[in-house]
Amino acid sequence: MLDFLVQPSDDPGTKPARRKGRPIGKGTMGEECLALSGTDDAALLLSRVAEAGDREAFARLFQYYAPRVKTFMRKLGCEEALADDLAQEAMLAVWRKAAFFDPSKSAASTWIFTIARNLRIDRLRRERRPEVDVDDPALVPDTAPAADDALAQRQSGEKLRQALTGLPPEQAQIVALSFYEDKPHAEIALRLGIPLGTVKSRLRLAMKRIRAVLGDEMS
Amino acid sequence: MSASFHPSDELLVAYGAGSLDEATALLVASHLTLCPRCRSEVARIEAMGGNLLEELPPAPMGGDALADILARLDDAPVTLPPPPRKPARATASRAGSQIPAPLRAYLGGGLENVRWKRLTDGLEHALVVESGRTRARLYRIAPGIPIPEHGHGGAELTLVLQGGFSDHAGHYLVGDVACADDDTIHHPVADTDGHCICLAVTDAPLKLTGLVGRLISRFLNL
Repeated sequence: MLDFLVQPSDDPGTKPARRKGRPIGKGTMGEECLALSGTDDAALLLSRVAEAGDREAFARLFQYYAPRVKTFMRKLGCEEALADDLAQEAMLAVWRKAAFFDPSKSAASTWIFTIARNLRIDRLRRERRPEVDVDDPALVPDTAPAADDALAQRQSGEKLRQALTGLPPEQAQIVALSFYEDKPHAEIALRLGIPLGTVKSRLRLAMKRIRAVLGDEMS
Repeated sequence: MSASFHPSDELLVAYGAGSLDEATALLVASHLTLCPRCRSEVARIEAMGGNLLEELPPAPMGGDALADILARLDDAPVTLPPPPRKPARATASRAGSQIPAPLRAYLGGGLENVRWKRLTDGLEHALVVESGRTRARLYRIAPGIPIPEHGHGGAELTLVLQGGFSDHAGHYLVGDVACADDDTIHHPVADTDGHCICLAVTDAPLKLTGLVGRLISRFLNL
């Protein structure tokens, strides 16, 4: 199956319009290539998709993220087949919108998460997703813009990872459930059999801790 | 001008996670437009979502998923990046002169498109969107007019879009979000220097208290 990727096809029928003769890797696609090690790699792969319509780069992203997006959808209550479809569709959106990904603004995983999130709202809840438009004339701009480069982004990504791993289990649980349950916190409280106030305070403590680790003064 | 009253952590997390209903998400997105602090907060919450996605155990994809998707790429229309952004906008420093884009999308433009309905002297409203039991409404309050004292069967969030108002908890200006929960009974009063326009989201009917309130309530099916 993977051979298909590396055999340069001369059949114009199977050639993507965007593929612009950019050499892809070393022409091999061993298993080790499929294992993405971190968001750095993913960001690079995304830029190759955006700039050159690089199908090998896309295949690697797909191998890594599609099964995770599928788990995400399953956790949110999708059945097997639907979760497969939504994971496929999310990854198609990654292919189509790759040019919008900005590594100085977010990690690749964050960007893919937002695509999966919005797709689920659109398909499952059949609702619109109101979002900020960065070109909105009404937008009140940042007074002190954060360091805005890919390096700073990676560093804060690493700090965030550490902050999340360092959360006490009961806080980590509420954070995870906030993302994996399409339910208000009141229902999460009900399901866990703890007061809503406890859910809220654990979430607040988690956010406070994360801010502290990220060296953020906001309260 | 920057907001002083912000949505709670729970609301911002629910927005970033995608679990908020549409009406509440509209209020949060409108606030985010006016509040750089909460925008960066939501960016971090989304990064948490990305992180959690990375940590999830992969589920094997059904069929020959990779071959399937590669076959679909040729037909997938590619969306081109937006044109280069305009440099920092000069008008943006004066929040309140314009309606946030997320709300404009529902109004089909600015406030000129709103068909106000009169509630009482000096108080008008218009339904913006309803999602389940939750409703987002616009309110327009004449200068200095008190809103009938009311309690809530559920939570009420109010985002100021123009002017300002006060209640027992504070003085709210453009971009601020006032949060009232089940047991809050409050009695907001609009500022005297102009109309106050707010976007309010309720997840249960308002319970107007006092004689006038009860009459309005019964009459309007709030």
